[in-house]
Amino acid sequence: MRLFALLLLLCCSMQSYSQDCNNTLYGSLLDIHDGSVLTGATVIVAQTGVGVLTDLDGNFVISNLCSATYQLQISHPSCSTKAFSVLIKDDTQKTFKLEHHLESLNEIIVNGKKTNRATKSIYENLVDQQTITTFSSGSLGDALNSISGVSSLNTGNTVVKPMINGLHSSRVLIINNGVQMQDQEWGAEHAPSIDINAVGTLKVIKGAGALQYGGNAIGGVVIASAPKVPLLDSLYGKTIFSGSSNGLGGTVSSSLTRSNQNGLYTAFQGSLKRYGDFNAPNYNLSNTGVFERNIAATIGFNRIDYGVEAYYSLFKNEIGILRASHIGGAEDQVQAIASPVPSIINDFTYNIDAPRQDVTHHLARIKGFKNIENIGLISLQYDYQQNNRLEFDVRRGSNKDKASVDLVLDTQTLTIDVASDISEKLTTKFGIVGSLQTNYANPETGVRRLIPDYDKYSIAGFASGNYDINQKWVLEAGFRFDYTHMNVFKFYRRSFWQDRGYDNQFSDLVVEEIGNQLLVNPKLDFYNPSFTIGSKYSFGLYKLFANYSLSSRAPNASEQFSEGLHHSASRIELGDLQFTSETAHKISLTLQKIGERVNFTITPFATKIDDFILIEPTGIRQTIRGNFQVWEYRQTQAQMYGLDLDANLSLTDNVRFVHQFSLVKGYDKTSNEPLISMPAANTLNSLVYTNPNFNNISIAIQSNYVFRQNEFPNTNFEVVLPDSIQTVDISTPPSGYHLLNLNITAAIRPDMQVGLYVNNLLNTSYRNYLNRLRYYADDVGRNITLQLKYNY
Amino acid sequence: MKTLQLNSITNFKFQTMKTMKNISFYALLSIAMIGCSDDDTAPEVINDEELITTVILTLTQESGDQVVLTTVDLDGDGPDEPVTTVVGNFSQNTQYQGAVQFLNETEDPAEDITEEVIEEAEEHQVFYTISEGLNITTTYVDFDSNDNPLGVNITLETGEASSGSLTVTLRHEPVKPNDGLDSAGGETDIATSFDVTIE
Repeated sequence: MRLFALLLLLCCSMQSYSQDCNNTLYGSLLDIHDGSVLTGATVIVAQTGVGVLTDLDGNFVISNLCSATYQLQISHPSCSTKAFSVLIKDDTQKTFKLEHHLESLNEIIVNGKKTNRATKSIYENLVDQQTITTFSSGSLGDALNSISGVSSLNTGNTVVKPMINGLHSSRVLIINNGVQMQDQEWGAEHAPSIDINAVGTLKVIKGAGALQYGGNAIGGVVIASAPKVPLLDSLYGKTIFSGSSNGLGGTVSSSLTRSNQNGLYTAFQGSLKRYGDFNAPNYNLSNTGVFERNIAATIGFNRIDYGVEAYYSLFKNEIGILRASHIGGAEDQVQAIASPVPSIINDFTYNIDAPRQDVTHHLARIKGFKNIENIGLISLQYDYQQNNRLEFDVRRGSNKDKASVDLVLDTQTLTIDVASDISEKLTTKFGIVGSLQTNYANPETGVRRLIPDYDKYSIAGFASGNYDINQKWVLEAGFRFDYTHMNVFKFYRRSFWQDRGYDNQFSDLVVEEIGNQLLVNPKLDFYNPSFTIGSKYSFGLYKLFANYSLSSRAPNASEQFSEGLHHSASRIELGDLQFTSETAHKISLTLQKIGERVNFTITPFATKIDDFILIEPTGIRQTIRGNFQVWEYRQTQAQMYGLDLDANLSLTDNVRFVHQFSLVKGYDKTSNEPLISMPAANTLNSLVYTNPNFNNISIAIQSNYVFRQNEFPNTNFEVVLPDSIQTVDISTPPSGYHLLNLNITAAIRPDMQVGLYVNNLLNTSYRNYLNRLRYYADDVGRNITLQLKYNY
Repeated sequence: MKTLQLNSITNFKFQTMKTMKNISFYALLSIAMIGCSDDDTAPEVINDEELITTVILTLTQESGDQVVLTTVDLDGDGPDEPVTTVVGNFSQNTQYQGAVQFLNETEDPAEDITEEVIEEAEEHQVFYTISEGLNITTTYVDFDSNDNPLGVNITLETGEASSGSLTVTLRHEPVKPNDGLDSAGGETDIATSFDVTIE
């Protein structure tokens, strides 16, 4: 809300002071520590008294300045006010940095400019706190979906897996408070284990430019960070209550932070989410409830130039998977696709039965940093994560309450990096990352392992730097090298081992033969270099970002070792032991305009991926359970092109129009076919009315049109039924659809905000090409959410 | 003021040393971790517990003559195809008592899954589908506690000489009662066809 008001003020304050001076100052304001943008700061020109506010991107514009030196006073709610003097000659670009803490120990203020912005030559998309609040009852994936070019691969409406420009899973890194999430991201039906309510800011970098986080981010990087803690004596927090009509449930999220002037701080956060079955417009979506519980605690000590912080979070999520989606072979698929309604529709319930997922993720992290003169900022971080994934299938007899999948993934990582200002213009960052990962599949399940037991060791080194050539040009380059060793123990079926010809090639890997299974011990090594180079050019109201990146990713455990029936997909999935790393080249450009009334960014990109690993159907396998389609992973040459567009147009002081458009095209260059599961073009258009003088009200009406995906590979197949031969149409995408949403927020008291969010206002029945349950049921219908946010 | 700065500098040095010590400590720790865990013990083998490898449908006429239909697929969803055998032909215009048996033969001794199916009769149903032109009718003779058919035992009646296929389908959690396979839903646990002849 506040942000809308600020934007509005920004527009109002752009009055023209008629002097003979026509110079304009284009400023941007950053946090001195991490280079994050500072929104809503007040910038006052001492000589004229003109004041403006920084916008959502931390930018501000002051027009009609004479050629002279001006004194600027910049203040921000959680920063100490600082004065700057600026020499104005012609139109001037300048970046200002504020200490994003109320600082009392002025003796040891470091005047360095630690702009640890993840990358300078790729435009970073940001989801601010206000927007995140509107997704309090949703998931991380839902919030990310609000960014152009970011879509999601869904399993129902509660498992939302982010997809950046058409790429997902191991190609998208998710960084949670500085820790790369290791939550079995290989599965298409595995959503990130992050509580959206614990996130302060959410950033998306489309592409592999941010090498400090990994060289394998072929799709991109999602960075979720906790809110910052100010350096002053304070005790504050907030609680958000949300209740929704669809799913008849709600979310409570609360946080409390204690900060001290001496730098010591503690923060607690917790949330609870409970929903029953969701509804499609015409029927109940049986067994789609969700029960999520999260807590997080932070204790830290920050003295600006040194500090330590310990963080722990627990994420626990139980998710029901649409009952009607759990089917047998191709025969059942024919019926499910032919039927206009799900085969199982029960009455509404809060119970979550099989099939369901139960995910528990522990994350503990300790980090310290120290600023050493003549060296730079040294950071050291150790983190430990444990992800336990239980999947319950519909089972028989004594196995009924036993999980079919029970995987425990333990990861420890140690990171050391040094960020230095070599000169006013050149900053560098070096680092080493070592990690150890162990996957353990519990044999108690009585179901052959989906992912085998393995140990993975990796070590990486990276170096990056950026050079401010002048006020207009910034150059950036980085390099990273990853070495990965995997020690795997896997049981293969003898029939598969022979069918693949592995018995000739890899007979030395066989450790033991037990019945019709072979225990095999592959030891695999991967060497992955990655590289990025780019620049940013600022001119007038515009900025142009250009970046080339080379990234390289080792195949994941699922791509290598899948071998058997994937119940939730009703298909047999086969990996390949012999896969090599995939290598991607991506070029992206962004043109950004920050004007008084018109803001936009346009980002075209092109990606070429060598040895791209994809899974596609290759045939039918007859089993005693009937026929199953066989999907095999293979490597190919892929190319992708696309465009993301964001525009923001202030129509009047109170009304603005927001537009988004995303398009991505992907092709398999070996088979000359379109790539499967590419997001369809979509456009989002909103009309937003805000009035800070009337309870800070904001009314937004949003139209979301998703086109039909017209480019897809034909993966249909034929199946012989007892009385006929039928084609199973699993590839034809559903029709395009249009959804209307309404968001209203207002401050009923200075510390209390109410929100009314209506999604799918017209209760439209639709199916989404990227929803894995689209064969079985419609997507969710109208949902009215009432939210109360209380700050204290 | 000056003293404070001096203190801070000393403090910096102390902190740096501490940081360096920490770095080396963790580096050593991680090496130790890597060093120790390389010689992992081999994991336990898992045989799919709910696997049905074998279906045997035995049809017996009053005289004791039998027709035995068997499907065996020992590698489950592995690449080997199921092997189907038909022993004996049906006689014309004859009544047979049928009993179906489901086994998991990867266990030793083989596990009889039929018992579980009978125990959970409400959640299971065996369907018999006869291809067009084959003069066979089947009738359910066993029922669950809700009086809905189960189909482990059936009566099969033959007509005039003909040939075609007989398909046995076991559904887990079908809609019960139902009008047959098409409306039953649920999950297919077994679907196997036999080419049979009435002579």
